[in-house]
Amino acid sequence: MSRSTVTRRHFLQTSALGAAAAAGVLHAPAVLRAQGSAVKIGVLHPVSGALSYSGQQGRIGAQMAIDEINAAGGIKSLKGAKIEAVLGDAQSTPDGGNAEVEKMNAAGVAAVVGGYASAICLSASQTAARYDLPYVVDVGVVDSIVTRGLKNTFRFGPGFGIIAKTALDNLVTINEAAGKAAKTVMIVHEDSAFGSGLAKLLNAQLPERGFQVLETIPHPTPTRDFNNVVLKIKAQNPDIVIPANYYNEYVLLARTMQQQRVQPKGIYSVLGGAASSYKFVKEFPEAAQYIMDCNHWFDPKNQKALELKKKIEAKGDFYTYEVYMNYSCVLLLSDALERAASADRAKIIAALESSTFAGHVMPYGPTKFVNGQNQGAAPVNTQVLNKDIEVIFPAAFASAKAVFPMPKA
Amino acid sequence: MLSPVILFPAVLNGLMTGAVYALVALGLTLIYGVLHIINFAHGALLTAAMFAAFFAHKLLGLDPYVAAVLLTPLFFVLGYGLQRFVIGPAAHGEDRNILLVTLGLAVVIENALLYAFRADTRTINLPYAFNVVEIGPAFLAVPRVVAFVVVIFVALALWLILRLTDTGKAIRAVAKEKLGAELSGIDVAHIYAVTFGLGTACLAIAACLLISTYYVNPQAGNAFVLIAFTIVVLGGMGSVAGALIGGLFVGVVESLSGLWLGESLGQIGIFVMFILVLLFRPSGLFGERA
Amino acid sequence: MKGLAPILFAIVALAMVPLITSSNVVINFLVMALLIALVGQGWNLLGGYGGQYSFGHAAFFGTGAYVTAILQMRYGINAWVGFVIGIAAGALVGAVIGLLIFRAGLKGSYFALVTLAFAEVLRIVASVAPITGAGVGTLLKLDLRPEAFQFQSRALFYWIILAMVGLSLVLTRLIEGSRFGAYLVAVRENEDAASALGVDATMVKLCAMTISAAMTAAGGCFYAQYFLFLDAGIAYGPWISIEALLAPIIGGVGTVFGPLLGALVVKTLGEVTKLMTGDAPGLDLVIYGGVLILVVAFAPRGIAGLFADLRQRFGFSKIGGEGSRG
Repeated sequence: MSRSTVTRRHFLQTSALGAAAAAGVLHAPAVLRAQGSAVKIGVLHPVSGALSYSGQQGRIGAQMAIDEINAAGGIKSLKGAKIEAVLGDAQSTPDGGNAEVEKMNAAGVAAVVGGYASAICLSASQTAARYDLPYVVDVGVVDSIVTRGLKNTFRFGPGFGIIAKTALDNLVTINEAAGKAAKTVMIVHEDSAFGSGLAKLLNAQLPERGFQVLETIPHPTPTRDFNNVVLKIKAQNPDIVIPANYYNEYVLLARTMQQQRVQPKGIYSVLGGAASSYKFVKEFPEAAQYIMDCNHWFDPKNQKALELKKKIEAKGDFYTYEVYMNYSCVLLLSDALERAASADRAKIIAALESSTFAGHVMPYGPTKFVNGQNQGAAPVNTQVLNKDIEVIFPAAFASAKAVFPMPKA
Repeated sequence: MLSPVILFPAVLNGLMTGAVYALVALGLTLIYGVLHIINFAHGALLTAAMFAAFFAHKLLGLDPYVAAVLLTPLFFVLGYGLQRFVIGPAAHGEDRNILLVTLGLAVVIENALLYAFRADTRTINLPYAFNVVEIGPAFLAVPRVVAFVVVIFVALALWLILRLTDTGKAIRAVAKEKLGAELSGIDVAHIYAVTFGLGTACLAIAACLLISTYYVNPQAGNAFVLIAFTIVVLGGMGSVAGALIGGLFVGVVESLSGLWLGESLGQIGIFVMFILVLLFRPSGLFGERA
Repeated sequence: MKGLAPILFAIVALAMVPLITSSNVVINFLVMALLIALVGQGWNLLGGYGGQYSFGHAAFFGTGAYVTAILQMRYGINAWVGFVIGIAAGALVGAVIGLLIFRAGLKGSYFALVTLAFAEVLRIVASVAPITGAGVGTLLKLDLRPEAFQFQSRALFYWIILAMVGLSLVLTRLIEGSRFGAYLVAVRENEDAASALGVDATMVKLCAMTISAAMTAAGGCFYAQYFLFLDAGIAYGPWISIEALLAPIIGGVGTVFGPLLGALVVKTLGEVTKLMTGDAPGLDLVIYGGVLILVVAFAPRGIAGLFADLRQRFGFSKIGGEGSRG
């Protein structure tokens, strides 16, 4: 594999444990950076540990993009230099991410893509900042990732703030179209940074939009049983249930609701782990039917996005948001490399800052970074209709009309 | 919130969930009671069993309940082998080493599964999984009711094995007085391995009961370990009846404290109770010992 | 004092590393290893010398980390002051938990499990309490000034954690040679006999637990400053409790250098397996776990014990290995 040279060097560095003998080898990365026949990019994901599914999906997307770029002749402004992935496993922990970025830096990468979880992104981008190493966040939705004033950190996707706002705007629109059928909601969220942060925002803003929050139920990841949560939902009988959690819990919740025959007027998830997952729709079509989600989603009118979908599915993988977000992030970075015409980190950062890249597969329009946040990034509303996932908002990308309230089974 | 319409189903749910906890705890308490070790690999072995149940369904088309008949002896042999040929020899009889060996085993099993099957979450969609039994205001999923009944029978069977068979008597003898048992000609290494095998076999059954309503990925079993430890202590370490009653009890406590405190904070109910029991009644709430 | 020379030698040797290499990969690796060594030394004092195997040292690690972070972020208290208070808070938690447990007379597995339960309670509380940022976590402001206990250079962080490990080694060595240390070992070997000879076993264990908690809390404080982000799972999660006992047991329980040796070996093993297996998720950890079992199988008294055995076998020393193989 392309990583073998790096591998051997790392081996020496770490196994020698500071022995004097290693000193000569340890300075090698600086030399390596000057070679320029290939541009190295750090691809960081939690491919083992609790987040390994998402991490592996993210890695698939990033590698797919790299393979395509290389097959199409590499970075042209660098005389067709190929992109070489330096893969890193954050092991689902912030310190794991930190250690991998250190290694990537030593291996002479020009930039790093990935991170996935907010905690990993926070730690890894900060480490990258020490070396002015450009860091493109793939998913990490906590807004403090881009509000710390780190010059090197760019988030391609949307953060909480925008996600919550979009979700509420669209909810209001859908509800008004249905003659204000819904007045009460319950929020079910996982209790780490992502779910809690989101629930906090929703709790603050839902009353302003004319919804009454009957109850907010946090639950840990993993949660073994959702019967009690569903009992509470049953007892309070809200018009809308808003789940915000990871895949496994989402599936358990939806299945339990089906089992307990709880049918609110709508299930409207915000970053629902499974609500817009092809895997869930395929495996539990009945539980998934009519579920709406406000989540990361590819541009359904983008040819490239659809081609990628075919390719991923042909490999037997599911086309999840981790895949196309990472795919897009790598393309974004290669565009910056192209324009910087250099693997110099400062130049890449400058190129990212002025990026107006439109060749990605997300419905964001051309990129425009302000303080590291891509301004066009926004989630999309989807709904599961007839065993497929359709986009219902924004109108420009919509492939179907929202069905709300859900028809009673 | 306190209306019986919600309280009654919550208690029933607690009992259903608690039964599965009890089964996981049964394996743990047996191993603890006889070998006096805290088995860190219990969660990973449960995960392995769940994968086995999943693939039995996916590849062989076996219903999980049929698969249980096949997997239980298989996992008995696996557990027997692990204790006899890995844990026993590697640990040199030192508690701290057993700890590390089982920890190492857990790491190996979990990551071998990750390597072989990747991290995808896998579920089985059985036609009857969404059927429910109606008891008053409560809807109980059929697989959960089946699980409850099976667990009661398994506990009873285990209890009878320990009471009536020669091996069972030997197990109890080793648990009570290892040296004495050794002197009276009992092969302690063999008994240890048999016990470990029985504990692992319990996991195979638990996995088959779980798989129809839960999911499996390389981490799935871990969710049940801490709670199983709690039950083992509450029920009195080494007590079969204690594990069963403890499991049901913990299920109900978890269910009710989840109802009142929310699922996140609700988890605290179990641990607080656990601490209080240990501080004031360390032999367990249900003091009978196997 | 006798026995301090090897510590001085080890620390000075390790202190040279940043002068030899500017590689932050090495420095960062060693920082993590030393952090585990420090946390493990805390565990070793109570577990190794006192024979009380804790599964819940996360309780102290997390308390130190959170207190340092919260004091800075919510109350504007200087990081160094926060650091000291964090250690004190960890010690206090150790003392309170210890008092409850030892007065109830819990030992062995019961002790192990109840410490685990305490850590879990704290983890759950931290995951819902507003002051810890609940699920969102606590983010420390990036402020690379020495006054804020943050450094541009990894080497400075490295020397600080090294100094802390050095202190913990000296402290452990001093305790080992003291009357208190002798009591502690006596309680480990036979509590009833020690009590009969007039040792206040509960008090001895309580003191050991408090010092142990302080050391581990210091590790937590350092973690907060180094990574600048905490959530309930990081601070109070089982991962750190496991690291805390893994290092000393692999290195050699009840020995001064056990935790440091163990941490270096365990962390190196983790890196080496990662490099050997390339990019296949999980495979590295399979080998890691396998080697762990082999280490236990062939060095049942830890690496320190293995050294002692070798020395004895080849007659380099008169001192035999303590304890039996059981």
